[in-house]
Amino acid sequence: MTKADNSHSARPSRGFLVLIAGTLAATVAAVLLSACGGSSTAGSTTPSTSGSSTTTGSNACPPSGAATSLTGAGASFPYPLYSKWTSQFDKQCGVQINYQSVGSGAGISQITAKTVDFGASDGIMTDDQVKAAEAAGGPILHIPMTNGAVAVIVNLPGVDQGQLKLTPDVLAGIYLKNIKKWNDPAITRLNPGVSLPSSDIAVVHRSDGSGTTFIFTNYLSKVSSEWQSTVGNATSVQWPGDIGGEKNDGVAQQVKQIQGAIGYVELAYAIQNNLTWASMQNKSGKYVEPTLDSTTAASTGVTIPDDTKVMITDSTNPNAYPIVGFTWILAYVNQPDQAKGESLAYYLWWSIHDGQQYSKDLLYAPLPSDVVKKAEAEIKSISYQGQSLLQLP
Amino acid sequence: MGAATGESIGANRRGLLASWRRARFGDVLFRVIVAAFGLSVLALAALMLWQLFFESRESISTFGWGFLAGTHWDSVNRVFGAAPAIYGTIVSSLIAVVLAMPISLGAAIYLSEMAPPWLRHPASFLVESLAAIPSVVFGLWGIYVLVPWIRDPVERVLGGHLGFLPLFTGPPFGVGMLAAGVILAIMILPIITAIARDSLLAVPSSQREAMLALGATKWEMISRAVLQYCRSGLVGAVLLGLGRALGETMAVTMVIGKTYDINTSLFAPASTAASQIASEFSEASFSLYTSALMELALLLLGITLLVNIAARLLVWRIARSPEAIKE
Repeated sequence: MTKADNSHSARPSRGFLVLIAGTLAATVAAVLLSACGGSSTAGSTTPSTSGSSTTTGSNACPPSGAATSLTGAGASFPYPLYSKWTSQFDKQCGVQINYQSVGSGAGISQITAKTVDFGASDGIMTDDQVKAAEAAGGPILHIPMTNGAVAVIVNLPGVDQGQLKLTPDVLAGIYLKNIKKWNDPAITRLNPGVSLPSSDIAVVHRSDGSGTTFIFTNYLSKVSSEWQSTVGNATSVQWPGDIGGEKNDGVAQQVKQIQGAIGYVELAYAIQNNLTWASMQNKSGKYVEPTLDSTTAASTGVTIPDDTKVMITDSTNPNAYPIVGFTWILAYVNQPDQAKGESLAYYLWWSIHDGQQYSKDLLYAPLPSDVVKKAEAEIKSISYQGQSLLQLP
Repeated sequence: MGAATGESIGANRRGLLASWRRARFGDVLFRVIVAAFGLSVLALAALMLWQLFFESRESISTFGWGFLAGTHWDSVNRVFGAAPAIYGTIVSSLIAVVLAMPISLGAAIYLSEMAPPWLRHPASFLVESLAAIPSVVFGLWGIYVLVPWIRDPVERVLGGHLGFLPLFTGPPFGVGMLAAGVILAIMILPIITAIARDSLLAVPSSQREAMLALGATKWEMISRAVLQYCRSGLVGAVLLGLGRALGETMAVTMVIGKTYDINTSLFAPASTAASQIASEFSEASFSLYTSALMELALLLLGITLLVNIAARLLVWRIARSPEAIKE
């Protein structure tokens, strides 16, 4: 299953629409979960998982009396990883976690409505959203779980993987439609020795609202003031051109089919489908290809605030790929239910430690240790009536 | 004896009364249940309308009538307008109807008037099964097969020979208004064909026999007696197809290339109301945003309702218009 498949459900809204949307979402989630459950047992021969997890895992299980089931909803980008985590955590600790990948926006509204035990988002909640959530359940945490990178993919016959070099200015110029031809001097200057055609650049973007677009437009807003003032940063923006593709596979298909096309997809999708990506110039002036290591580097050795609410695009690390973002789990500091809060705190603790070993196999970039430290502090703050719920030996 | 007779008559009366009461009660119960089911459909429609209206009130109060004319869909600056979506919805559906109408009417005429009996039923059955294909399958087929074909040769040839028309300008991306129209045409073919065929079959055989008896050819018989007779039913079939095209979501979303813009060229990527909602609803992160999407749904419902009402009126007309032939 690709990550592109699983963000089809609707966002539930008030009134009777809740019924319809809820049923749909539940059905989709049930189908997806059963499908993934099946495949993960079938593919559970991964040798790397057994040894370390049993040693640390035995300590990481919630104490007896904790809840044996939790529900969560939100971002679709980390869904394959979360579904691996939930099945592993269930095996180790007997806690069943039902995660519905309904999209970041819906995840935020569901945790605000407290219909789930945790939310998940690829973007930082806006001030208005934080206010609404705080009114409903007090302070809310953004706990980073993994890194996501966005690869810039191209269709230029004769140009190899990572061979095309792009600077932030040029990428913004292309997406603003200021640079219209591949042999524009702005591009050829960066790529001596690469034969670039005189054809038009067909610019492809995501047509659906997505965390991928949020990270991509966040990067462009940081590196281009013109982008920031005319287009801006959101899960879905008013694009200057040319064509939209539905989900990762829609974008990838358009780029594959149209010679001279450029697009952007999740790194995992680009790796799985052997797409030709460009090297991006990072803040230190170095050209970097998108890989799991250069993605992890984006949050390594950079200043991360304690609440981890930061977009790490355009990282200062000289080895970092620049179009990278965290994906977070959203949880209330003050848990309304002790049993559920305990399970949640232990699950999150397990995710940022034991869970990280599954990342690379599933093409996610693990969190660096300094980010794990920040996440640890956040998880320790999760409490019931002022008492921290995490009792580590 | 007399008393016994009187008694038995009385008993009969009571029995009659009781059975009448029973029947009456059963009747009433039946009527109430059926009425409840009937009204529940109306209530559902009313509830849906009210819900959409309720959810879109923030957008209505923010943008007013300007929403209809607005050409931006900008979640960053919180400006929303419906014009490109309405334009895309109507134009893509019209393309679909223009393409599908001749084919499906031709197929309906063939199936009802000319096909040999052994072919009629299997062919009709196959046409109707087309309607059961999930639209996401049409969409995937659209991305992998239809769109490359539309890019080259269709758009290359059209652009090369008719590029002077504003309809066929711009780069041939493949995805866009034309691809959406073509995929919609394929999707509404079965509904138009099936309804048109039923209309044609409703024409009494006496009409055909009379025409043939006057020495008419097959073509004269079909065009004068059959098509004349049920033309409002055929129009109804086409309008129902149009109504289906207006609301179709998934397949269109996958091939229209979503660009929120009004462009005269059929090659240009566009957006429809349904595809806009499908694409953006799950990530719509603030209330004005969802509200604007809801208002878009309200507008779409309005357009579809108008088309369906027109279709209903025409289809009803055929049911009681044997005298239409007199003209």
